[in-house]
Amino acid sequence: MQRLTGAQILCESLIKEGVDTIFGMPGGAIIPLYDTLFQYPFRHILCRHEQGASHMADGYARITGNVGVCLGTSGPGATNLVTGIATAMMDSVPMVAITGQVPTYMIGKDAFQETDTTGITMPITKHNYLVMDVKDLARVIKEAFHIARTGRPGPVLIDIPKDVTTNTAIYEYPTKVNLPGFKPKLQGHSKQVRQAARMIEQAKKPLIIAGHGIILSGAYSELRAFAEKTQVPVLTTLLGISGFPETHPLYLGWPGMHGMYYANMAISHTDCLIAVGMRMDDRVTGRLNAFAPHAQIIHIDIDPAELGKNVRTAVPIVGDAKNVLEALLEEVKPGHHPEWMQTLSQWRIEHPSLALPAKAETMSSPWIVRELYHATEGKAVLVTDVGQAQMWAAQHYFFERPNTHITSGGLGPMGYALPAAIGVQLGKPEEEVWCVTGDGGFQMTLEELSVLVEEKLPVKIALFNNGYLGMVRQWQQLFYDRRYSGVKMWNPDFVKLGEAYSIPTIRVAHVDGVRAAFEWARAVEGPAMIEFVVDAEENVFPMVPPGASLQETIESAEDLAPKMQQVAVAAGSDQGGV
Amino acid sequence: MKHTLVALVENQPGVLQRVANLFSRRGFNIESLTVGHTETDKISRMTIVVDGATTQVEQVIKQLYKLIDVIRVSDVSEDRTVDRELALIKVHCASASNRLEISNLADVFRGRVVDVATDAVIVEVTGTDDKIDSLLGMLRPYGIKEMVRTGMISMVRGAQITARGSEARMLEAAG
Repeated sequence: MQRLTGAQILCESLIKEGVDTIFGMPGGAIIPLYDTLFQYPFRHILCRHEQGASHMADGYARITGNVGVCLGTSGPGATNLVTGIATAMMDSVPMVAITGQVPTYMIGKDAFQETDTTGITMPITKHNYLVMDVKDLARVIKEAFHIARTGRPGPVLIDIPKDVTTNTAIYEYPTKVNLPGFKPKLQGHSKQVRQAARMIEQAKKPLIIAGHGIILSGAYSELRAFAEKTQVPVLTTLLGISGFPETHPLYLGWPGMHGMYYANMAISHTDCLIAVGMRMDDRVTGRLNAFAPHAQIIHIDIDPAELGKNVRTAVPIVGDAKNVLEALLEEVKPGHHPEWMQTLSQWRIEHPSLALPAKAETMSSPWIVRELYHATEGKAVLVTDVGQAQMWAAQHYFFERPNTHITSGGLGPMGYALPAAIGVQLGKPEEEVWCVTGDGGFQMTLEELSVLVEEKLPVKIALFNNGYLGMVRQWQQLFYDRRYSGVKMWNPDFVKLGEAYSIPTIRVAHVDGVRAAFEWARAVEGPAMIEFVVDAEENVFPMVPPGASLQETIESAEDLAPKMQQVAVAAGSDQGGV
Repeated sequence: MKHTLVALVENQPGVLQRVANLFSRRGFNIESLTVGHTETDKISRMTIVVDGATTQVEQVIKQLYKLIDVIRVSDVSEDRTVDRELALIKVHCASASNRLEISNLADVFRGRVVDVATDAVIVEVTGTDDKIDSLLGMLRPYGIKEMVRTGMISMVRGAQITARGSEARMLEAAG
């Protein structure tokens, strides 16, 4: 057995965990660690801001299914990672964040670049560690990776004081973890599976809603087989998109605040809702007391705390989505529901939600997304930011292949898309990766453009420039009487900006140029950026106003006027939700 | 309704902070929380009294289970338990006759006077919170100068181990 420094122990252990790519930035407290890192065969991606590193690790983890690793120094390095860690926590993304800390003998003395990193990240990590003794380091790393990837995935932070990275210990990587308080249940209880199967067989209007759990557990074929055997239509959540092929006849879109009208109506009328790997987020449910009012709910999730947290559940099943769907598939009898399917297709005809003209007259964002879909034949991976562009991308691109829609659902940090797209492209170099973003979100993390060039990553950026913080402007238009407070933006010349980063960039301000622009970008060998100067005041519809129920889905601003006046008032008040 | 939760936790630095954080973050109110060693090395025991509807308490328990350092949690509210809290109460005491009265009152509640000064005494009493509240009510007219209570600890009666029986119940409820 060898004696190694803490930094060596960390590097050796990361190799044991299969880590090959690390996203980070050095700083005072981790100079010894970087000195060692330099001597190991990792691919180190130098972010330009640690928030970028955390989102890159997130994107890398989502696309590969492996634990993403990000690294920052003490103090500001750690606090800059926080947004990305919180994002990973809300969206159940496996991540290990490693932070430097001031030396053990200086902790608590308000030393230069000291923060209580474990204290700050306690509520936004699955677990975290402050390693005070180099002898504990190997065990801690083993546990951290195990916790991050096991059960419901999530971020784990390891805070390592500078002297712990230079002190030495005998190194032996543990083969097992001993965590009596961490034993996730992966198999569904057979009694409850039987109960669920009977309930599904008896249902007249059953409905599946599939979440991120499908993608995290790789339950694509199980979900599909289950839906086809039972002939139950499938909704996904925003994070569940690409967990089920969107052109499948049983696919019914996604519900919620900007979901499809017919999807929201389906939830409002179903008598048996089978929720798999999702957590009943308020963006999905609308007003809770009017959610799925006629349904008995079967809720399958790996996290027992999600069952019964927001909605009443008739049959709760704790387990991994893949395992439970497998068990259900075996247990349930084939079914068919012609009347229900008829009702659903009637809604789809009467309220198509996603209908677009073959050619738009103005620079309409949904139409541009649809053009992207045609240009890429639905085969690209879309990494989207937060806000209007995110919603339009999710609505108007039809995702066929598993895990090709990467977005932040829970935390909703603007600036997510570009760094996450970098992580995605690094994780899957052979994929065509599009970063779909707006002028607001793009400017939050555009410093990472350097990384695209430095690492020669062929990420294509579709930048929707409407000169506004569009989603907030939409709310102000609809619910705050058009008082546009703090949403109008002066923007730089994005073409020149692209040039400054030596990224080929073009501006498209007319519909005639859209298709050609996509073809141009796809033909560029490395990264490329298209700035679309889009209609400034276009809104995302359908929409469930905040505080309203899914039945109250509106399809245009005019819809809101007469019948939704009360809803608008509620939305502008404290009672309206967020 | 008040619920008494017993949690066995790994005796790690920060475990109290994790539990306390969880309660404040999820908007659950703690009435009292005590921590101490157990018969097993490296394992501490928390007794947490919370106020809340049953479903909310179930959510508290599930959230507690998500903490890696939490090994076992049980709601012992419906079990037959021995519940104890210790209080020290410093009572104003101007005269010898008051002193005697206070001592007699303490006797009734099986408490005792553990410190005497010219114008104050310290009464020590253990029992359920009801009992301590009753004694406090009797002592209040004399003037309470200072008081400290430990918060409740709780143990299931009989041979059954406190944090085992109700765990099975909990898991069943959770599916």
